[in-house]
Amino acid sequence: MYRGILMRLSQAVPVLLIFAVMVFMLMHLLPGDPALAIAGPEASAEAVEVIREQLGLNRPILVQLLEWFSHLAVGNFGESLMLKQSVVSAVVERLPVTLSLSLVSLVITLPAGILLGVVAAYWRSSWIDASVMVVALLGVSLPGFWVGLLSVLFFSVHLGWFPPSGYAPLDETGLVAWLASLIQPAVVLALFQIGFLARITRSAMLDVLDQDFIRTARAKGVDEWTTLAKHAFRNTLIPVVTVLGITLSLLIGGSVVIEQVFALPGIGRLIVQGIMNRDYPLVQGTMLLFGFAFVVINILVDIIYTLVDPRVRYG
Amino acid sequence: MGEAVLLASGEAIAARRRFRVLRKLLHHRSFMIGFIVVAVMVVAALAAPLTGIDPDGMRFRARFRPPQGAFLFGTDQFGRDLLTRTLYGAQLSLWIGLSVAVLSGVFGAAIGVLSAQYRQLDSPLMRVMDALMAAPAILLAIGLGAALGPQTHSVIIALAVAYIPRTARIVRSSALVTRELEFIEAAQVSGASSVRIMFRHLLPNAAGPLLVQSTFVFAYAILAEAALSFLGIGPPPPAPSWGNIIAEGRSYAVQAWWIMLFPGFAISLAALGMNLLGDGLRDVLDPRLKVES
Repeated sequence: MYRGILMRLSQAVPVLLIFAVMVFMLMHLLPGDPALAIAGPEASAEAVEVIREQLGLNRPILVQLLEWFSHLAVGNFGESLMLKQSVVSAVVERLPVTLSLSLVSLVITLPAGILLGVVAAYWRSSWIDASVMVVALLGVSLPGFWVGLLSVLFFSVHLGWFPPSGYAPLDETGLVAWLASLIQPAVVLALFQIGFLARITRSAMLDVLDQDFIRTARAKGVDEWTTLAKHAFRNTLIPVVTVLGITLSLLIGGSVVIEQVFALPGIGRLIVQGIMNRDYPLVQGTMLLFGFAFVVINILVDIIYTLVDPRVRYG
Repeated sequence: MGEAVLLASGEAIAARRRFRVLRKLLHHRSFMIGFIVVAVMVVAALAAPLTGIDPDGMRFRARFRPPQGAFLFGTDQFGRDLLTRTLYGAQLSLWIGLSVAVLSGVFGAAIGVLSAQYRQLDSPLMRVMDALMAAPAILLAIGLGAALGPQTHSVIIALAVAYIPRTARIVRSSALVTRELEFIEAAQVSGASSVRIMFRHLLPNAAGPLLVQSTFVFAYAILAEAALSFLGIGPPPPAPSWGNIIAEGRSYAVQAWWIMLFPGFAISLAALGMNLLGDGLRDVLDPRLKVES
């Protein structure tokens, strides 16, 4: 088990290295001169040169890359140009927003998606099944940001139920205000994951319901509820766990766009602001932290998978 | 003589199989609905010039007209006709969707087949694909799109790169299965080159999953392009991309809700059509993946 996890971690190292190089190259493709952008349009040529010198932009790209890596090795992800603070502290400041949004959304998605999937599988080919399929189809067909905008227009502007935008920190404004600021974006985000999760759960449940041990349970007179809850549902969860990583990655990816719609000051907004202001150390560092987070999430999901299904062992 | 008969019957079987696939598709409900939706959108996109209105033409006396009469979809803050802009937007969005689907299909197929055929290429290629998948596709596309500048072709490149790894994985796993089959061994024994095996055997056998995946990529690309435009990383205004129209209409959402309503419907309809088409193709071409039962 521990050896398996170590092996999985060692596989992640080259992936992260390649990802880091790609992010670095990406940011050096950015059009425009970052030194000029920072100095402002009125700056003299000398001032621009000084900034270029400070940032090390006049050195060969390979030297810059190596220097970046040596900084990364000690946990230095760079300094934001527009915020005048370190990328790590900028990300840490905004992390609670993105995490809150993703978590509230996940708390809505998981029970709803799994329940709908189970119900759809149990009453296969019924109207319930058909509706779940429609929800799943709409989830991959509607643009999330547009649904978010319409939702703000209806629930915040027209009905006045929720604040239209902004974030209320949990520790400062309390639970109710925090939830009120998050519930709308979280539901919009969840709507797009519920269908996906329901579809996976449904097909997993259908496979399980076809198994011999379900027939045996029914034949020996185990009541239907116990058959479903103890025999079918537990085995359904195994494939569902494997898509947890995808669900989380879709949630966080979706939150990048949804944060713009609801003006939530999270990491997604940070990246977009960084791009608009050509703050490439910020974009570079944040993207990299994002990538690290995803690789870790996927490893965690793999580990949970081995815990849930004892048949799976690392080779 | 005997061989010729065999060959002829082989071709006949192949032709019959193609015919059977076509007939199945014609009888598949979601495929046909998707096909009709997409066909209508393509025709509408091509018919855009028929409105006879300049999509960028401003008429300040006709600003913020609600949808009625001469302006079926209403007008925006510059008095531009939204029906015309939405139709021209269809050209742009469908073009981007098609280009992304084709590009990610071609490169994904090449990478997938190469890494299945040449085992020494497999590990490096797949590590690069893993690295590309380390961040969510939309985030990668945002970064790439920003790096390449706000242009239609940079959106296409950014989205294609974001979706190549998934396509490559699908083609690779299909090719790995095919490679273990006996007829590949037979081809090798009879002196077929690696190139021939890749083009003649591995690729055609991966065509089904590849086509299905490309259809879904088409749908993703339409949605992602709209999201990128919304974030300001899409084709530059005043280009009537659906995402741009929504982004511009956002400031006037309260007094002129129709500006962002109709392009959103258009995006949804286009993505819905492609998804239905893809579901149908998957059911018919790739029965192993069939979700409905």
